[in-house]
Amino acid sequence: MANFDERAILKRVFSYILLIALALIILAPFFIGIWTSFLPTMDIAKGNLFSTNLSLDNYVSAFTKTPILRYLLNTVVIATLTMVAQLIFCSMSAYAFVFLKFRFRKTIFALFLVTMMLPFEAEIIPNFATIKHMGLLDNYAALIIPFLTSAFGTFMLRQSFMQTPAELKEAADIEGLNHFQFYWNIVLPYNKISMITLGAYSFLGAWNQYLWPMLTTFSNNSRVIQNGLKQLQSEETFNDWGMIQASAAIIVIPTIIVLFIGQHYFKSGMNEGAVK
Amino acid sequence: MSTVFLTNVCKQYDSEKNVLNNVTAEIQSGEFFVIVGSSGCGKSTLLRMIAGLISITDGEIKIDDKVVNDLQPKDRNLTMVFQSYALFPFLSVWDNVAFGLKARKNLSQSEIASRVDNALKMVDLEGLKDRKPRELSGGQRQRVALARAVASDAKICLMDEPLSNLDAQLRIKMRQEIYALQRKLGLTLIYVTHDQVEAMTMADHIMVLHDSHVQQIGTPAEIYKKPANEFVASFFGVPPINILPAVKISGKKINVNNDFQMQIKQQVPVDNFKVGIRPNEVMIEAADELEANASIRTIEFLGDEKIVYAQMNNNNIEVAAIVPSDSQFKAFDTIKVSAGDNVLLFDNDGINITKNAEELVNA
Repeated sequence: MANFDERAILKRVFSYILLIALALIILAPFFIGIWTSFLPTMDIAKGNLFSTNLSLDNYVSAFTKTPILRYLLNTVVIATLTMVAQLIFCSMSAYAFVFLKFRFRKTIFALFLVTMMLPFEAEIIPNFATIKHMGLLDNYAALIIPFLTSAFGTFMLRQSFMQTPAELKEAADIEGLNHFQFYWNIVLPYNKISMITLGAYSFLGAWNQYLWPMLTTFSNNSRVIQNGLKQLQSEETFNDWGMIQASAAIIVIPTIIVLFIGQHYFKSGMNEGAVK
Repeated sequence: MSTVFLTNVCKQYDSEKNVLNNVTAEIQSGEFFVIVGSSGCGKSTLLRMIAGLISITDGEIKIDDKVVNDLQPKDRNLTMVFQSYALFPFLSVWDNVAFGLKARKNLSQSEIASRVDNALKMVDLEGLKDRKPRELSGGQRQRVALARAVASDAKICLMDEPLSNLDAQLRIKMRQEIYALQRKLGLTLIYVTHDQVEAMTMADHIMVLHDSHVQQIGTPAEIYKKPANEFVASFFGVPPINILPAVKISGKKINVNNDFQMQIKQQVPVDNFKVGIRPNEVMIEAADELEANASIRTIEFLGDEKIVYAQMNNNNIEVAAIVPSDSQFKAFDTIKVSAGDNVLLFDNDGINITKNAEELVNA
């Protein structure tokens, strides 16, 4: 008995050591990045990572000497609009695929799925040509319109909506709810978790866009944060690494906030009690 | 008032066989009408057709002398309680009850509030009105679903197996509560169940569905004492009625399963038929092997009585008999089975050919 306990404890200790080591390896670059953002660039250049000259100077200069605030604003606007649009359009199309009966429903849904198999890189040239002809280059619209809806979002919400109990639909029919009332008052709140997941996913997706904005934006008026960060590096002859690290830290913060807010909702059991 | 008439209602999916065939019934206002049948017999489909959730293929449904075949569910002025309750998990108990009233939009805020409060009071949930469904027990969730039906002013209420998710104790309690509510509010209640005990204890009238046909409509006593056919007879009563083949010997004397002979009250028009004997009409006595016509298989102890399951010597037929619990039978005993004269007779198609007392006098 005692033997067995010892082995179990050892096993636990080892697995925790392994987990901690892995966590360190994964998180180290992140923490080094944050740490260096507080160090003067001279110390970083000398490789003196254990310097104690900590200050917020890098952050101050990032905000004052570069258009990072403008980039942030651009990105927040674009990511928010993309997220809201995706939530509305994906949930509506998913609702149609689940609750409306129409001919060729399955075929049309299959066509939706086919577009998921097409990598975004393959769509870049036709999309670029379209945007250019519409005269939307270097404009918020160029960064938002191609991402108003997504096949993935429709697919994900459809799977989630299909789990909505049929009795809720029947109860709604008896109360005389029309499709929009049922969608708004029952389906959306019932599938709140999926909606939040999709919202976080599309917000972060828009936040981390790099290739498409690089091709379609040329001025600070519409440049987004990821491209702005790159801009900071190449514009200067001498790279102010401290300030770049500070900017990178600033960029990461909103994504962490989104994840933390989202995490609060990713609890199971939210819908318990609807049926049974 | 709120009478429901069904005339030759049929339902067909695709071109396959009918799910429901020629269902005709009249449901009086204020009565407790139970639709009972084994699973898959179409009883839930019938209920949903009355509600308007499923279209009917043929026939006519009338509510208050108005044909409602093509009317939307909300215009039929009825409420429904679902097997799974169909509560909205993101709304509090109070809002769940108020939901339907708010959706209809023809009531003032204060009237909604007073109705919801009344309904919650009636089902004893006043104290829990701010809770979410997930914070309630099964019985409490069931009560919320009932409160929704109570709060509505619709006089017709449909219930689809509302008690089947509850444990046995709670089921008996809720059964009484539903019955009391129905009487108090004067609801016309159409109640679907597969449980014959629920049907017998609550119903004013029972409709027995089987094989997509109505087998019989009648009061619980009629259904039990004068079942229309073999299926109805064996569906009601625990343990189920014993059905044995029988041959006419002479006059009122018959031979049952080649195992024993008995006198019955009437002449039988055919030579070969079946006899149905309720377990409490079966008499058994210990007997040695020469005299015995059956042997005991198992015995179930129920407290006041025991159920003895015995296998007849011929045809491998098993019969159930109810005996006092102090009787000394045990498994593998050989016994002699006989029966009282209060039996049911069925022809070979399963139709009840028993004559009742009046018919016997006239004959």
